[in-house]
Amino acid sequence: MSVNRPFTRSQRATIVNGMLAFVVMLVVLQLWLLTATMNAYLGGDDSVIWPAGGASLICLLLNAGLLRYLYHIERTRR
Amino acid sequence: MSTDPGRERLDARIDSPNREGLTGTAPANMYGPLLDPEQVTIAPDGRPSDAQPAWRSDFPIDWPQDHYVERRDFMKFMVLTSLAFTVGQFWIAAQNWIRRRRGAPQLARLASTSDIPVGDTRVFAYPTEHDPCVLVRTAERSFVAYSQKCTHLSCAVIPDVKAGVIRCPCHDGLFDLASGRPLAGPPRRPLSRIALEFQGDQILASGVEARTV
Repeated sequence: MSVNRPFTRSQRATIVNGMLAFVVMLVVLQLWLLTATMNAYLGGDDSVIWPAGGASLICLLLNAGLLRYLYHIERTRR
Repeated sequence: MSTDPGRERLDARIDSPNREGLTGTAPANMYGPLLDPEQVTIAPDGRPSDAQPAWRSDFPIDWPQDHYVERRDFMKFMVLTSLAFTVGQFWIAAQNWIRRRRGAPQLARLASTSDIPVGDTRVFAYPTEHDPCVLVRTAERSFVAYSQKCTHLSCAVIPDVKAGVIRCPCHDGLFDLASGRPLAGPPRRPLSRIALEFQGDQILASGVEARTV
Protein backbone atom coordinates (compact mmCIF):
# COMPACT_ATOMS: atom_id res chain seq x y z
CA MET A 1 0.00 0.00 0.00
CA SER A 2 1.45 3.32 -0.98
CA VAL A 3 1.20 6.22 1.41
CA ASN A 4 0.86 9.70 -0.03
CA ARG A 5 2.64 11.62 2.65
CA PRO A 6 3.31 15.31 2.07
CA PHE A 7 6.92 16.38 1.91
CA THR A 8 8.50 17.87 5.00
CA ARG A 9 9.96 21.33 4.76
CA SER A 10 13.54 20.05 4.53
CA GLN A 11 12.49 17.69 1.74
CA ARG A 12 10.78 20.53 -0.07
CA ALA A 13 13.90 22.68 0.33
CA THR A 14 16.01 19.92 -1.26
CA ILE A 15 13.52 19.55 -4.10
CA VAL A 16 13.37 23.29 -4.79
CA ASN A 17 17.21 23.47 -4.77
CA GLY A 18 17.40 20.69 -7.34
CA MET A 19 14.73 22.26 -9.51
CA LEU A 20 16.42 25.65 -9.25
CA ALA A 21 19.73 24.20 -10.47
CA PHE A 22 17.95 22.68 -13.47
CA VAL A 23 16.03 25.89 -14.22
CA VAL A 24 19.21 28.01 -14.07
CA MET A 25 20.92 25.65 -16.53
CA LEU A 26 17.99 25.91 -18.94
CA VAL A 27 17.91 29.72 -18.64
CA VAL A 28 21.65 29.93 -19.39
CA LEU A 29 21.05 27.71 -22.44
CA GLN A 30 18.25 30.06 -23.54
CA LEU A 31 20.53 33.07 -23.11
CA TRP A 32 23.13 31.42 -25.35
CA LEU A 33 20.44 30.57 -27.91
CA LEU A 34 19.20 34.17 -27.92
CA THR A 35 22.66 35.70 -28.42
CA ALA A 36 23.60 33.17 -31.12
CA THR A 37 20.30 33.72 -32.93
CA MET A 38 20.63 37.49 -32.74
CA ASN A 39 24.17 37.25 -34.14
CA ALA A 40 22.97 35.05 -36.99
CA TYR A 41 19.99 37.32 -37.73
CA LEU A 42 22.15 40.45 -37.85
CA GLY A 43 24.58 38.58 -40.10
CA GLY A 44 21.77 37.79 -42.53
CA ASP A 45 21.55 34.06 -41.68
CA ASP A 46 17.94 33.18 -40.94
CA SER A 47 18.28 29.39 -41.06
CA VAL A 48 18.74 29.02 -37.30
CA ILE A 49 15.89 31.30 -36.16
CA TRP A 50 13.02 28.78 -36.05
CA PRO A 51 15.03 25.79 -34.69
CA ALA A 52 16.45 28.04 -31.95
CA GLY A 53 12.96 29.43 -31.23
CA GLY A 54 11.62 25.87 -30.90
CA ALA A 55 14.46 24.87 -28.55
CA SER A 56 13.85 27.96 -26.43
CA LEU A 57 10.14 27.17 -26.28
CA ILE A 58 10.90 23.61 -25.10
CA CYS A 59 13.14 25.03 -22.36
CA LEU A 60 10.32 27.37 -21.30
CA LEU A 61 7.83 24.48 -21.18
CA LEU A 62 10.24 22.42 -19.04
CA ASN A 63 10.69 25.38 -16.68
CA ALA A 64 6.94 25.98 -16.51
CA GLY A 65 6.40 22.29 -15.74
CA LEU A 66 8.87 22.45 -12.87
CA LEU A 67 7.17 25.58 -11.53
CA ARG A 68 3.80 23.84 -11.77
CA TYR A 69 5.24 20.94 -9.74
CA LEU A 70 6.51 23.42 -7.16
CA TYR A 71 3.00 24.87 -6.82
CA HIS A 72 1.68 21.31 -6.54
CA ILE A 73 3.93 20.41 -3.61
CA GLU A 74 3.09 23.78 -2.03
CA ARG A 75 -0.61 22.93 -2.21
CA THR A 76 -0.20 19.45 -0.70
CA ARG A 77 1.84 20.59 2.29
CA ARG A 78 0.29 20.28 5.70
CA MET B 1 -7.33 -1.79 46.10
CA SER B 2 -8.24 0.33 49.06
CA THR B 3 -8.98 3.98 48.72
CA ASP B 4 -8.30 6.65 51.23
CA PRO B 5 -11.67 8.11 52.08
CA GLY B 6 -10.01 11.31 53.19
CA ARG B 7 -8.61 11.99 49.74
CA GLU B 8 -10.58 13.41 46.89
CA ARG B 9 -10.64 11.28 43.73
CA LEU B 10 -8.44 12.54 40.90
CA ASP B 11 -10.42 13.92 38.04
CA ALA B 12 -8.82 12.38 34.95
CA ARG B 13 -10.38 14.90 32.63
CA ILE B 14 -8.28 17.97 32.58
CA ASP B 15 -9.58 19.45 29.36
CA SER B 16 -12.62 21.05 30.95
CA PRO B 17 -12.71 24.82 30.69
CA ASN B 18 -10.33 26.64 33.00
CA ARG B 19 -8.68 23.39 34.09
CA GLU B 20 -6.16 22.76 31.34
CA GLY B 21 -2.75 21.72 32.64
CA LEU B 22 -3.74 21.66 36.30
CA THR B 23 -1.76 18.45 36.91
CA GLY B 24 1.46 20.41 36.48
CA THR B 25 2.98 17.80 34.17
CA ALA B 26 1.14 18.45 30.92
CA PRO B 27 1.71 21.56 28.82
CA ALA B 28 -1.06 24.08 28.98
CA ASN B 29 -1.80 23.70 25.25
CA MET B 30 -1.93 19.89 25.34
CA TYR B 31 -5.52 19.80 24.22
CA GLY B 32 -5.29 22.87 22.07
CA PRO B 33 -5.27 22.69 18.27
CA LEU B 34 -2.23 20.86 16.91
CA LEU B 35 0.47 23.10 15.51
CA ASP B 36 2.33 22.36 12.31
CA PRO B 37 5.47 20.49 13.47
CA GLU B 38 7.46 22.55 10.97
CA GLN B 39 6.20 25.79 12.36
CA VAL B 40 9.30 26.80 14.26
CA THR B 41 8.17 30.30 14.99
CA ILE B 42 4.71 30.98 16.32
CA ALA B 43 2.87 33.82 14.63
CA PRO B 44 2.05 36.79 16.90
CA ASP B 45 -1.58 35.75 17.19
CA GLY B 46 -0.59 32.19 18.21
CA ARG B 47 -2.76 30.47 15.62
CA PRO B 48 -1.37 27.62 13.46
CA SER B 49 0.07 28.30 10.03
CA ASP B 50 -3.06 27.06 8.24
CA ALA B 51 -5.12 29.72 10.01
CA GLN B 52 -2.75 32.53 9.09
CA PRO B 53 -3.42 34.95 6.23
CA ALA B 54 -1.76 33.98 2.93
CA TRP B 55 0.68 36.87 2.95
CA ARG B 56 2.32 35.65 6.15
CA SER B 57 3.71 32.56 4.36
CA ASP B 58 5.69 34.89 2.07
CA PHE B 59 7.26 36.72 5.00
CA PRO B 60 8.56 33.97 7.27
CA ILE B 61 10.28 34.68 10.56
CA ASP B 62 12.52 31.62 10.97
CA TRP B 63 15.62 31.05 8.82
CA PRO B 64 14.85 27.62 7.30
CA GLN B 65 11.49 28.83 6.03
CA ASP B 66 13.10 32.07 4.83
CA HIS B 67 15.69 30.10 2.81
CA TYR B 68 12.95 27.98 1.30
CA VAL B 69 10.85 31.02 0.35
CA GLU B 70 13.78 32.90 -1.21
CA ARG B 71 14.74 29.89 -3.38
CA ARG B 72 11.12 29.40 -4.40
CA ASP B 73 10.77 33.06 -5.37
CA PHE B 74 14.11 32.99 -7.21
CA MET B 75 12.86 30.02 -9.19
CA LYS B 76 9.71 31.95 -10.13
CA PHE B 77 11.89 34.85 -11.28
CA MET B 78 14.05 32.48 -13.36
CA VAL B 79 10.95 31.06 -15.07
CA LEU B 80 9.86 34.62 -15.84
CA THR B 81 13.33 35.25 -17.32
CA SER B 82 12.93 32.08 -19.38
CA LEU B 83 9.63 33.46 -20.72
CA ALA B 84 11.35 36.75 -21.62
CA PHE B 85 14.09 34.90 -23.55
CA THR B 86 11.49 32.89 -25.46
CA VAL B 87 9.59 36.08 -26.31
CA GLY B 88 12.93 37.51 -27.53
CA GLN B 89 13.43 34.51 -29.82
CA PHE B 90 10.03 34.98 -31.40
CA TRP B 91 10.59 38.72 -31.67
CA ILE B 92 13.68 37.94 -33.80
CA ALA B 93 11.53 35.58 -35.89
CA ALA B 94 8.95 38.35 -36.39
CA GLN B 95 11.67 40.85 -37.38
CA ASN B 96 13.05 38.33 -39.85
CA TRP B 97 9.58 37.83 -41.34
CA ILE B 98 9.24 41.60 -41.78
CA ARG B 99 12.69 41.79 -43.36
CA ARG B 100 11.90 39.01 -45.85
CA ARG B 101 8.55 40.58 -46.66
CA ARG B 102 10.28 43.85 -47.50
CA GLY B 103 12.18 42.08 -50.31
CA ALA B 104 15.39 43.03 -52.04
CA PRO B 105 16.25 46.75 -52.12
CA GLN B 106 15.99 48.62 -55.38
CA LEU B 107 18.87 49.91 -57.47
CA ALA B 108 20.15 53.30 -56.38
CA ARG B 109 22.61 55.57 -58.15
CA LEU B 110 25.52 56.52 -55.91
CA ALA B 111 27.96 58.53 -58.04
CA SER B 112 29.91 58.45 -61.25
CA THR B 113 33.42 57.05 -61.28
CA SER B 114 34.85 60.44 -62.24
CA ASP B 115 33.37 61.99 -59.06
CA ILE B 116 35.59 59.95 -56.75
CA PRO B 117 39.40 60.10 -57.06
CA VAL B 118 41.47 57.07 -56.09
CA GLY B 119 41.75 56.87 -52.29
CA ASP B 120 38.69 59.04 -51.73
CA THR B 121 35.42 58.11 -50.07
CA ARG B 122 31.77 59.05 -50.44
CA VAL B 123 29.05 58.69 -47.81
CA PHE B 124 25.54 57.69 -48.89
CA ALA B 125 22.37 56.16 -47.41
CA TYR B 126 21.14 52.76 -48.65
CA PRO B 127 18.61 51.10 -48.75
CA THR B 128 16.80 53.65 -46.53
CA GLU B 129 17.81 57.08 -45.34
CA HIS B 130 18.47 55.56 -41.90
CA ASP B 131 21.19 53.23 -43.21
CA PRO B 132 24.42 55.19 -43.66
CA CYS B 133 27.02 53.58 -45.93
CA VAL B 134 30.43 54.48 -47.26
CA LEU B 135 31.82 54.03 -50.78
CA VAL B 136 35.60 53.82 -51.18
CA ARG B 137 37.67 53.89 -54.34
CA THR B 138 40.64 51.74 -53.39
CA ALA B 139 42.29 51.65 -56.85
CA GLU B 140 41.71 52.90 -60.36
CA ARG B 141 39.25 50.10 -61.14
CA SER B 142 38.29 48.99 -57.63
CA PHE B 143 35.40 50.22 -55.55
CA VAL B 144 34.08 48.82 -52.26
CA ALA B 145 31.05 49.91 -50.25
CA TYR B 146 30.06 48.94 -46.73
CA SER B 147 27.45 49.83 -44.17
CA GLN B 148 28.87 52.55 -41.97
CA LYS B 149 27.43 51.03 -38.80
CA CYS B 150 30.02 49.19 -36.73
CA THR B 151 28.86 45.64 -36.00
CA HIS B 152 29.74 46.14 -32.34
CA LEU B 153 27.51 49.03 -31.24
CA SER B 154 26.59 50.78 -34.51
CA CYS B 155 29.04 53.69 -34.27
CA ALA B 156 29.95 55.26 -37.63
CA VAL B 157 33.13 53.68 -39.02
CA ILE B 158 35.79 55.70 -40.85
CA PRO B 159 37.86 54.29 -43.77
CA ASP B 160 41.64 54.76 -43.68
CA VAL B 161 42.52 54.01 -47.31
CA LYS B 162 46.29 54.38 -46.92
CA ALA B 163 46.37 51.86 -44.07
CA GLY B 164 43.88 49.59 -45.82
CA VAL B 165 41.55 49.48 -42.84
CA ILE B 166 38.26 50.85 -41.60
CA ARG B 167 38.35 52.18 -38.03
CA CYS B 168 35.63 52.48 -35.45
CA PRO B 169 36.55 55.38 -33.16
CA CYS B 170 34.20 54.37 -30.32
CA HIS B 171 35.99 51.22 -29.12
CA ASP B 172 38.98 50.98 -31.47
CA GLY B 173 37.41 48.39 -33.72
CA LEU B 174 39.34 47.66 -36.91
CA PHE B 175 38.04 46.17 -40.17
CA ASP B 176 39.85 45.11 -43.33
CA LEU B 177 39.10 47.60 -46.12
CA ALA B 178 39.18 44.98 -48.88
CA SER B 179 36.81 42.47 -47.27
CA GLY B 180 35.10 44.31 -44.38
CA ARG B 181 36.10 41.53 -41.96
CA PRO B 182 37.00 42.44 -38.35
CA LEU B 183 40.73 42.59 -37.60
CA ALA B 184 40.86 43.87 -34.03
CA GLY B 185 38.78 45.27 -31.21
CA PRO B 186 35.35 44.22 -30.02
CA PRO B 187 33.52 43.68 -33.37
CA ARG B 188 33.04 40.01 -34.28
CA ARG B 189 30.96 40.27 -37.46
CA PRO B 190 32.08 41.78 -40.79
CA LEU B 191 30.55 45.03 -41.97
CA SER B 192 27.54 44.56 -44.23
CA ARG B 193 28.75 44.79 -47.82
CA ILE B 194 26.83 46.87 -50.36
CA ALA B 195 26.67 45.14 -53.75
CA LEU B 196 27.74 47.49 -56.54
CA GLU B 197 26.89 47.52 -60.22
CA PHE B 198 28.40 49.67 -62.95
CA GLN B 199 26.47 51.12 -65.88
CA GLY B 200 28.96 53.05 -68.01
CA ASP B 201 30.63 55.37 -65.52
CA GLN B 202 27.67 55.25 -63.12
CA ILE B 203 28.04 53.39 -59.81
CA LEU B 204 24.83 51.78 -58.56
CA ALA B 205 24.00 50.05 -55.27
CA SER B 206 22.02 46.86 -55.89
CA GLY B 207 21.77 45.08 -52.53
CA VAL B 208 22.99 44.59 -48.98
CA GLU B 209 24.96 41.50 -48.03
CA ALA B 210 24.97 40.92 -44.26
CA ARG B 211 27.51 38.30 -43.15
CA THR B 212 28.32 36.36 -39.99
CA VAL B 213 31.94 35.52 -40.95
